[in-house]
Amino acid sequence: MGVFLIKSNQNTTDWELEDSHEDSGRWTSIIRPRRPWFHLDLHELWNYRDLILLFVRRDFVAQYKQTILGPLWFFLQPLFTTIVFTIVFGRIARIPTDGIPGFLFYLSGTVCWAYFSICLTETSDTFFKNAQIFGKVFFPRLVVPVSIVISNVLKFLVQFSLFLFVLGFFLVKGSQVRPNPWIMALPLLVFQMGLLGLGCGIIVSAMTTKYRDLSLLVTFGVQLWMYATPVVYPLSQIPEQYRFYFSLNPMTAVVEGFRRAFLGTSSIGAEQVLISWAVTLGLLSLGIILFSRVEKTFMDTV
Amino acid sequence: MSVVLKIENLWKEYRLGVFGQGMLFRDVQSWWARARGREDPNTPVGTAVGNNGRGDRVWALRDVSLEVREGEVLGIIGRNGAGKSTLLKIVTKVTAPTRGTVKIRGRVASLLEVGTGFHPELTGRENVFLNGAILGMTVKEIKRKFDEIVDFSGVEQYIDTPVKRYSSGMHVRLAFAVAAHLESEILLVDEVLAVGDAEFQKKCLGKMRSVAEHGRTVLFVSHNMNAVRRLCTAGVLLEGGTVRERSEEVESLVKSYLQAGVNSDVGCSWVNPHGKLFQNRWFHPLAFYAGDRDGSPVQMPASNDRDIWIHVKASIAEISSTELTVGYALYSEDGTLLYWTYQIDEHPKLWPRLEIGDCHIMSRIPRRFLNQGTYRVELVGGLHRVLWLFQPGTSVPAFTLSIEGGLSDSPLWNHPRPGIISPVMRWYNDK
Repeated sequence: MGVFLIKSNQNTTDWELEDSHEDSGRWTSIIRPRRPWFHLDLHELWNYRDLILLFVRRDFVAQYKQTILGPLWFFLQPLFTTIVFTIVFGRIARIPTDGIPGFLFYLSGTVCWAYFSICLTETSDTFFKNAQIFGKVFFPRLVVPVSIVISNVLKFLVQFSLFLFVLGFFLVKGSQVRPNPWIMALPLLVFQMGLLGLGCGIIVSAMTTKYRDLSLLVTFGVQLWMYATPVVYPLSQIPEQYRFYFSLNPMTAVVEGFRRAFLGTSSIGAEQVLISWAVTLGLLSLGIILFSRVEKTFMDTV
Repeated sequence: MSVVLKIENLWKEYRLGVFGQGMLFRDVQSWWARARGREDPNTPVGTAVGNNGRGDRVWALRDVSLEVREGEVLGIIGRNGAGKSTLLKIVTKVTAPTRGTVKIRGRVASLLEVGTGFHPELTGRENVFLNGAILGMTVKEIKRKFDEIVDFSGVEQYIDTPVKRYSSGMHVRLAFAVAAHLESEILLVDEVLAVGDAEFQKKCLGKMRSVAEHGRTVLFVSHNMNAVRRLCTAGVLLEGGTVRERSEEVESLVKSYLQAGVNSDVGCSWVNPHGKLFQNRWFHPLAFYAGDRDGSPVQMPASNDRDIWIHVKASIAEISSTELTVGYALYSEDGTLLYWTYQIDEHPKLWPRLEIGDCHIMSRIPRRFLNQGTYRVELVGGLHRVLWLFQPGTSVPAFTLSIEGGLSDSPLWNHPRPGIISPVMRWYNDK
């Protein structure tokens, strides 16, 4: 007979690990059943930076070794998505693209969205995918999702280079696109997408420890979210009175910002960028709260 | 010598629950039903409404206090479920205590199970770095110790081969080597020495000893009493989640553990005194003993040339909607678990009937299957995946089974042989 251990009750879930003050520094660490509700130990995370990098390396090497198509797949995915979008939304639905060549327009949205969504979906099953390791060794659990977000930057760069190639092609052809100094903001955009994907992903990962069926909704939810983001249409197509609601979606400013930089068309302002960052940081904080609540006793539940 | 690990009034509670409680859909469904004043569709039949999902609580550790001094090699012994592993898991921060504190001076390295985080696609070299980092080393540290680690593991030739091509022995050796070279003040070892060949085990024991000689502390959880005897300078005996004994006299501690394991029960059978113990609706045990086929008890020691039947008598007041599993666990004299068996182990058609009223089931131990010696038979069972009625490692109905003589019909086999079991095997010519 197998016995299952499920969620402990509230007063047992939180614990605390802190440097000791009371014993005049005699102890290096003290383990207690309690901890503050917001707990982010960046110092500890920094101490494990080598592990983060090794996880990144492992993901990369393992993927490279396991699939023949590996690197090629990174190109094919956005390429096919873009072709489908060009046909469906450009040719059939005829949604305007701010005067940008359709293919380039959709590709720009797809490349951004792909990075964000992969960060979200891959971090969302942190606990179950790593239950084996988590059950045996302690290290800051955030190491895992953070390393996922970083290793996906590599994939993003591959896809981004595809975008640059297509962009160059259209520039040579003399299309009406104007890359401008805003491209310097690219690292910031990627950083924001990473934080947002991480934040949402760890929210889901914490919630799936209680509700396992939630993980089924993730892929679906991400898909819906994409259509709520100006990926296949420009923000300029949205009637003025609804724009505010769109700017509550942090990805709106990111995708539009990306287009502003590389294609030279967009209708977002500083205000929307600020809202977007505020929402991003809000979601990330919520994620950290939920994640740190779950990480200490998750092992009792599997 | 100074205390490097101080455990104060440590409690750890686990909740036993029903699988599938954690479904958002179900919670919403239950909530909706209650909101309309209907009965919750997810309440298990036979339990009071509102009891849903609360499950039963089990204290894995109850008020454990312990001090470990620098340089001590502390053996932690106790039967399965005594709380040994839970204790280590709390010390390594894998899980949090429910109450109490653990104070640690220095770094803790654990070897709760070897090869944690080994990725089959990566080479031995890559895995040494990955595993080292998981255990808390920096890359710089690993680089410095790399040659030493590889040397210790004895897998030099294969260090650039993916570990998926390693034998399990090589796997363990490499993993142990990494952990053993982690510079920590406290090393936790759990059942590692069970794997690996004899020579490697010797190496490991030597390493643990030298670790201790350098003033580092080792906590060693094992069922292998010989290793505990050889290695440990002190020991602690856990029982049912509490410290039963802590002593520097490892030899006497081991002895009292072994005796508690085999001889503490009054006899060769267990009878529920006036039916007062283990009262429950599903399976209220009345007697548990070894006998022959028609139910009369066997005289101990039993001769090995006859089948031994394990009998369980109980009364059943209610048939649970969850499957009832009842069986026994067989332990050897040194506390090693030989096997578990339940009445539901075979095809459902072959299961014995369990009906309301008196119930008497039995199971055969074939003749000449066990070796000469003394065994402990424990009743185990519960509602499948819901609730333990007789949880292993707690004080459940148990009795001692001793076997002597009747080992074989061969004129040449008249002394007991080494080995946990001693089946008589048939030999044939090749035609």
